[in-house]
Amino acid sequence: MIRGKVWTFGDNINTDLMVPSEVTYASPEAQARAVFQANRPGWVNEVQRGDVLIGGRNFGMGSSRPAARSLKNVGLSCMLAESLNGLFFRNAVNFGFVAMECPGIHELFAEGQVAQVDIDNWLVTNEQTGTSLPITPIPVELRSLMMEGGVFSLLEKLGLIEPGKAKAKQ
Amino acid sequence: MGMTIAEAILARASGRAAVSPGDFVVVNVDTVVMLDTSFFKTLRKEVLKVHAPENVAVIYDHVVPAPDQAAAEAHHYGREFVKKFGIKRFHDVGPDQGISHAVVADKGYALPGTVLVCSDSHTCASGAFNTAARGIGYPDMIYALTTGKTWFQVGETVRYDLVGKLRPGVSAKDVFLHIANRFGEHAGQNIEYGGPGMSTLSMNARRTMAAMGAELSAEFVTFEPDELLINYMRERTDRSFVPVVASPDAKYRARHTIDLDQLEPLVALPDTVINNSRPISEVEGEKIDQAFIGSCANGTLDDLSEAARVVAGKHVAPGVRFLITPSSQAVLQAAAKAGYLQTLIAAGAVVTPATCGACYGGHMGVLGPNETCITASTRNFKGRMGDNTARIFMASPATVAASAIAGKIIHPGALQ
Repeated sequence: MIRGKVWTFGDNINTDLMVPSEVTYASPEAQARAVFQANRPGWVNEVQRGDVLIGGRNFGMGSSRPAARSLKNVGLSCMLAESLNGLFFRNAVNFGFVAMECPGIHELFAEGQVAQVDIDNWLVTNEQTGTSLPITPIPVELRSLMMEGGVFSLLEKLGLIEPGKAKAKQ
Repeated sequence: MGMTIAEAILARASGRAAVSPGDFVVVNVDTVVMLDTSFFKTLRKEVLKVHAPENVAVIYDHVVPAPDQAAAEAHHYGREFVKKFGIKRFHDVGPDQGISHAVVADKGYALPGTVLVCSDSHTCASGAFNTAARGIGYPDMIYALTTGKTWFQVGETVRYDLVGKLRPGVSAKDVFLHIANRFGEHAGQNIEYGGPGMSTLSMNARRTMAAMGAELSAEFVTFEPDELLINYMRERTDRSFVPVVASPDAKYRARHTIDLDQLEPLVALPDTVINNSRPISEVEGEKIDQAFIGSCANGTLDDLSEAARVVAGKHVAPGVRFLITPSSQAVLQAAAKAGYLQTLIAAGAVVTPATCGACYGGHMGVLGPNETCITASTRNFKGRMGDNTARIFMASPATVAASAIAGKIIHPGALQ
């Protein structure tokens, strides 16, 4: 069970807001410091480890930039949105950031409330109001990749890429 | 059961008789395209094995020619990588340089009925060639490169039937802006283009529309195959291919008819193209600092030809920077041969070498604080082309060229 304080965002939040042009080729650490600097300056200093992001429709539209990696690196435990851009979702799976679709989620939470996310039973609950919604299940193959740190560790095990030296940041 | 084009290609690539929306499929990847961005020290992994080097293309496009040492180091690393794994389809800085999706088009790397992946979101551009082409992330790309496989979740398909013919001065970009405005985003869905009006659109026009599918968050964008496509491919490749058509009983989430005759030039207001386009009359007079034509979507020879037609014998307004980036060096050369370059340069345009450059705020056309740009490229997100306070309007090459001359947003037909 994941339990975390909620941050709410609207519809069509794009990757360039998460990974601005000026840090496209910067280190993962520098990219994480720039998340949402254009639309929500200072947010990276307020977000706490374990918090949960709630998005609207079409979250993550845009580029192949590793936006999901930055959301993981700012300390979010997971995110839920009305709908996700497919490329953003692929990066979430592959970098090991838990991102899920949950129609109706945007109405379920006000910012600052606490979410309980039960991935085993695909259920999210608002701790303050007690109301719950079903999460759209993720195929089992992807779920294990996403929960076990992403695709690079799999490729390392298969001997297809050189094992990474630093484990913390991919 | 009938299948849409995307479903039929995924069924073929996954070795199944049929697939339906909601299925999770593992597919064989026919073509993997890597970019210079894949080789940056901050992202790259040391690859130990390449599944099928003959199916890989390495194309430098985002940071060409290298503007700084990090890019130069990435380019150097990539050259060694290409040598090490015997990759023959390598497009370094030089005469074969270009934006990956333009090079893939021109070289015939995207075969009808096959699966192509590349770590750039506008990879769907190759859907113009009846290819299930998808932008993926860097880790996905490494997986496909080393195993020859990837996965997809099959989405529902929305079909657009094109009828009629575009009027002069109205372009494929306007068709896209109309669809984005009227029908909005398509997250998790495929887009399929067909219908009798399709035959009036050039391969370049189709590629503009397909590339822009990324802006609707589409999974795959596919065009029906036709004679124009088959001839285009035959001129470019010896490899065999089997195009895919939609079954008559294919199941669509929605089906819309687009009457090309009815469309007019549109402009998207800053920050998004989704439900955000207006007729030019509503924004006419908006002063601009920069006008840009380029990117995988609008750096084609058709686009440069249209820009040259609009600006011929005229001059860019004082204080306006008019930047043009062809999508490949081959397009640049063809534009020179056709006389377009002379016309554009004489009108005061600055023509750059082929690169993704200004489109993503990378280099050669980055916007400063509070500037206003009108662009014929892929994206108008806040901060996309530079400073967060810059405003980016999006329109067709004709509208952008006319606006560069006028110094303000103007209908291409209204230019004196």
